[in-house]
Amino acid sequence: MTTETAALITATGRRRRSGTGRARRNADGSIRPPRPRPLAHLMLVGFGLLMLYPLIWMLGASFKESEFIFSEVNPFPNPVTFDNYRQGWQGSGVGFGTYFLNSTIVSGLSVVGNMFACSLAGYAFARLEFRGRKFFFAAMLATLMLPTHVLLVPQYILFSNLGWVNSFLPLVVPKFLAVDAFFIFLMVQFLRGLPRELDQAAMIDGAGPWQTYWRIILPLTLPALATTAIFTFIWTWNDFLTPLLYLQDPRMYTVPLGLNAFLDASGESAWGPMFAMAVLSLGPLFGFFLAGQKYLTSGIATTGLKG
Amino acid sequence: MKSNATTSERATSAGDGGARPGRGRVRASSRPAPARSVSLRRAVRRNKIAPYLFLLPWLIGFFVITLGPMLYSFYLSFTDFNLLGSAEWVGIDNYIELFTSDPKYLESVRVTLVYVFVSVPLQLAFALLLAVLLNRGLRGLAIYRSIYYLPSLIGASVAIAVLWRQMFGRNGLVNQVLDWFGIVGESWIGNPDTALGTLIILNVWTFGSPMVIFLAALRQVPEYLYEAAAVDGVSKWRAFWHITLPMLTPVVLFNLVLQLIGAFQAFTPAYVVSGGTGGPVNSTLFYTLYLYQKGFANFEMGYASAMAWVLFFFIAIVTAVNFWLSKYWVHYDD
Repeated sequence: MTTETAALITATGRRRRSGTGRARRNADGSIRPPRPRPLAHLMLVGFGLLMLYPLIWMLGASFKESEFIFSEVNPFPNPVTFDNYRQGWQGSGVGFGTYFLNSTIVSGLSVVGNMFACSLAGYAFARLEFRGRKFFFAAMLATLMLPTHVLLVPQYILFSNLGWVNSFLPLVVPKFLAVDAFFIFLMVQFLRGLPRELDQAAMIDGAGPWQTYWRIILPLTLPALATTAIFTFIWTWNDFLTPLLYLQDPRMYTVPLGLNAFLDASGESAWGPMFAMAVLSLGPLFGFFLAGQKYLTSGIATTGLKG
Repeated sequence: MKSNATTSERATSAGDGGARPGRGRVRASSRPAPARSVSLRRAVRRNKIAPYLFLLPWLIGFFVITLGPMLYSFYLSFTDFNLLGSAEWVGIDNYIELFTSDPKYLESVRVTLVYVFVSVPLQLAFALLLAVLLNRGLRGLAIYRSIYYLPSLIGASVAIAVLWRQMFGRNGLVNQVLDWFGIVGESWIGNPDTALGTLIILNVWTFGSPMVIFLAALRQVPEYLYEAAAVDGVSKWRAFWHITLPMLTPVVLFNLVLQLIGAFQAFTPAYVVSGGTGGPVNSTLFYTLYLYQKGFANFEMGYASAMAWVLFFFIAIVTAVNFWLSKYWVHYDD
C-alpha cells in the first residue's frame, strides 16, 4: 500500500511544479528536437514485454482449453474457448457474480466514505482555526506511520464484540471515520496550494464554513477527491487481509477471497477457470488505472489557480 | 504548540504572515461595530463549533478505531487471551517466549529479514536504472511509465499471487522456458530453498512505483549542472555518478524507507502462494503470516499483539537507523 502512496505524493507534487522534462539543448543553447533512439526504445520495449509477459500469458491462458495451458509458453490461445469464463463464473457453490457484487458494494462504499470523511477533516485542518488543531494534526500524521498490524487484533475484538463479524461493516465503517489518514494529508497538501483569498472572500460575503466548504472548496478539490476515489477503490478492491479476517460466509466473500477459495477447493486441476476469474478480477483495476491516469495528469494543472 | 494554546498565542501565530492555515481569520478582518446582533453572535459561536463538526468523523475514528485499539493492543500484549475467557495478565511472558522458546517465530523473523533486505535493494536498483533510461527525452514516456508502473498496482493482488503459483510450479511457465535449454526444473515454490526467491522476484517486479518517484525527482535536477559538466568535458558516466546520484539521494532515502516499511508488512503473496501455511518447511513464513496464524487461527490474541508490537519496533528501529545513516550519504541541496 505504501508504495502506491508514495507514487501518489510525488505525482501530485510534480505536476504542481509544472515540470515538462528537460529540454535538450545544443551547445549554443538552442533547443534540440528529441532524436529517435531505436536502440533505447528496443531495450525498453523488450524489457517491458518481459515484465508484462506473465500478464499477457495469463490473459491468453484464460482463453485456452485446459490441456494447452501447460504445454505452451505461447500466450496466444488456439483454439479459443470461453469455457473457462463460463465455468469460473459459476464457481464452486457461490458464483463469482456474488463476489463481484460484494466487492463492488464494499469498494463503492469505501470510496464514498473516504471522499466524505477525509475531505471534511482535510478542510478543517487546512482552513479552519480551532483549539487543538496543531495537536490533532500531529496525531493524524502520527497515525500515518502506525503499521496496521498493531491494530489488527484489537480492532477484530472490537468489531467482534459489536457483532459485526461476517458483515461488510468492519470493512466500510472505518472509511467513513477517516481512518486512512493519508487521504486527509493529501487533501491538506492540496488545499495549501489553493489561495486562501477564495474562502476568505466567501466568508466575508456571509458564507458559513459549511457553505464555503460545499460551494467553494469541494469543487476546487476535485482532483484531490478523484485521486482519493481512485486509490481507495484500487486498494479496497485488492485488499485480501481485512476480508479474510471478517468475512466467513462464502456468500459474503469479496473477489480476492473468492479467488483464494477457488485455489483451495479445486487445487491444481482448474487453472483455466481460475485464470479467467483472475483476469476478470484485474479488470476494474485496469479500468480505474487508465481512467485515473488521464485524470491525474490533467487534474492539478487544470485547476488553473496558480496562473 | 499544544491543544491548550492560549488565545494570545494563537493570535501571534495567526499574525506571523506565514502560509499557515491560521493566517486569515475572517472574524478579525470582518468584525463589525461593537454592537453585535444576536444572529451574528450566534454565527460566531457556530463557527467555534463548526470546525469540530467537520472533524467529527475523524475524531471518532481516531479515538475509537485507532488510538483506543492501539492502547488495548499494548495491554493485550502482556496478557493471555483467547477471545472467549478474560484476558489474563502474564507480564512480559509473551515477549520472552517469542525470543527464547518459539523457533517458528525466529524462523519467521529470518525469512522476513531475508525477504526485505534482498528484494528492496534489488527493486530500487531496477527502479533507478529504468528511471534514468526513461529520463533521456524519449518519446512515449507516458506509455513506458504506465507499463512499468502497472505491476506495482496489481502486485499485491490475489490474482497475481495465483499467477505466481502457476509460474513457479512444477509444470509452470518458468520450467517450460527452462525446458528449451534442456533444464528439468522442480517446483520452485515446492522447494524450501527457492520458494522465498520466487516471492522476492515478485516484489522486485513491482519496482514501478519507486521508479515513478525517481522519474519525478530526475526532472528536478537543474539542467545547468549538466551544462556546466558538459562544458568541462565530463563523461556521461561521471555526470551520473557526481551529479545525478547525489541530487537523487534524498529520494533514494525516501524510497528506501517506504519500500522497507511496505516489505516488512507483506502478506498476501506469501499467504496465497503457500496456501496460508508459510510452507514448504516455513520457508515463506512471513512475519505477518505467522502473526495471522497465531491471532486468527490459534486465537492467541495476546501473543499476536506482542508480535505486532515487536514488528512495530523492528520497523521503527530500521527506519531510525536509516535516517541516522542518511547523514553520511544523503546530499541536501539547501
